[in-house]
Amino acid sequence: MAANPMYQFNVYRIGPEIKIGEIDLSFTNASLFMVISSLAILIIFNLGAQKKNIIPDKLQLLSELSYTFVSKMISDTAGSKAKPYFSFIFSLFMFVLFCNMFGMIPYSFTVTSHIIVTFVLAAFIFIGVTTIGFIKHGFGYLKLFVPSGVPAVLLPLIVVIEIISYLSRPISLSVRLFANMMAGHTMMKVFGGFVVSLGIVGGWLPLSFSVALTGLEILVAFLQAYVFAILTCIYLNDALNLHH
Amino acid sequence: MKKIILLNTFYFSFYTVAVNSAEKGGMPQLDPEFWVSQIFWLIITFGTLFLVLSKFILPRISKNLEQRRLQILENIETAEKQREQSEKNLKEFDEIILKSKNKAKEVMLAAREKVVSEITKKKIKLDEDLNSEIQNVEKEIVELKLSSPKKINSIASNITNEVIKRLIGTDVNESSVSALVEEEFKKLSRSTNGI
Repeated sequence: MAANPMYQFNVYRIGPEIKIGEIDLSFTNASLFMVISSLAILIIFNLGAQKKNIIPDKLQLLSELSYTFVSKMISDTAGSKAKPYFSFIFSLFMFVLFCNMFGMIPYSFTVTSHIIVTFVLAAFIFIGVTTIGFIKHGFGYLKLFVPSGVPAVLLPLIVVIEIISYLSRPISLSVRLFANMMAGHTMMKVFGGFVVSLGIVGGWLPLSFSVALTGLEILVAFLQAYVFAILTCIYLNDALNLHH
Repeated sequence: MKKIILLNTFYFSFYTVAVNSAEKGGMPQLDPEFWVSQIFWLIITFGTLFLVLSKFILPRISKNLEQRRLQILENIETAEKQREQSEKNLKEFDEIILKSKNKAKEVMLAAREKVVSEITKKKIKLDEDLNSEIQNVEKEIVELKLSSPKKINSIASNITNEVIKRLIGTDVNESSVSALVEEEFKKLSRSTNGI
């Protein structure tokens, strides 16, 4: 059973069944890792924020570098108007990053390898960004679908394409993260299985592959969190500064 | 709002189709059994994370960073002020050094002048002394020179007297001997053109 590479993505109930009416809200291993990730973020950044040294120590430096990193990312992609959304994007980036990283620990569970989680996040971003766009620009936000400098003949086609690309944003955003995490973890599991089945004689090659893949997956874990956050910034930029 | 609901139903139907096509034992991600639970716990954990971060932690980090920035600016300002002060001090110091150098030069010049004048004074005095001494000696020499022929003459006449007395055994008239000696001396001095 454990040899099945998809087994690691199973969600199972931890503790008693919690049901409200017909809806199952039980605490699962997925919930556990969401709680662990959130708590880890809160503990690390709380410790880092408590110190007020002029020359920071390690934890303080970590939190302050993360702060400036995200803040620079937002101001670079979405400009100064995006400042009020800093907290959200920071939380989002850290949550995705920590969920990805905790998923790298053997026998742990990767929250972001589940499409429903990434989709809810992406859908929330999509709805939020669209709402912000309509609040800031009213119906003028629809100009987003009409790029300037396009010949009138092509306009109907372009508008349709723009609308489709806009509507597919939450899907692309969620599937990108989910597929990356799932594919990486499946591959690691498959190579791990090879190590076991080839034994001590032939297992060295897949083992070395596994080691390399672990490094790659840690990179991917960071990169996907970064991509998730920066795409959110880009979408936010569209809503805040209507370019077309 | 209507659009959003429509969109959501669109996406939902998309995923239910995907779920139905997934076989049992395929991707656990497409098994909707715990979807609601996952959404519920995601909202709770991410919501808590967002609230605590945005209300308590991030403002503190931002305040720390701002404080550090201000502190650094203040330090730079103080350093600038201190630099200016030290430059001023250095200038003052240089001025003092220059002044004292000038003064030292003056003192040295004065001392040298004094020494030189003293030396010249002493030298002049010494020259005068030497001159007077030389003059005295010269005078003496001249006197001696003048007096020496007389003495030589008397000695010569005496010796002549004595020699004659020894040779002949009689006294010779002293005045005639001295006259002879004088004549002889005059001859000698004339031939050697005097001493």
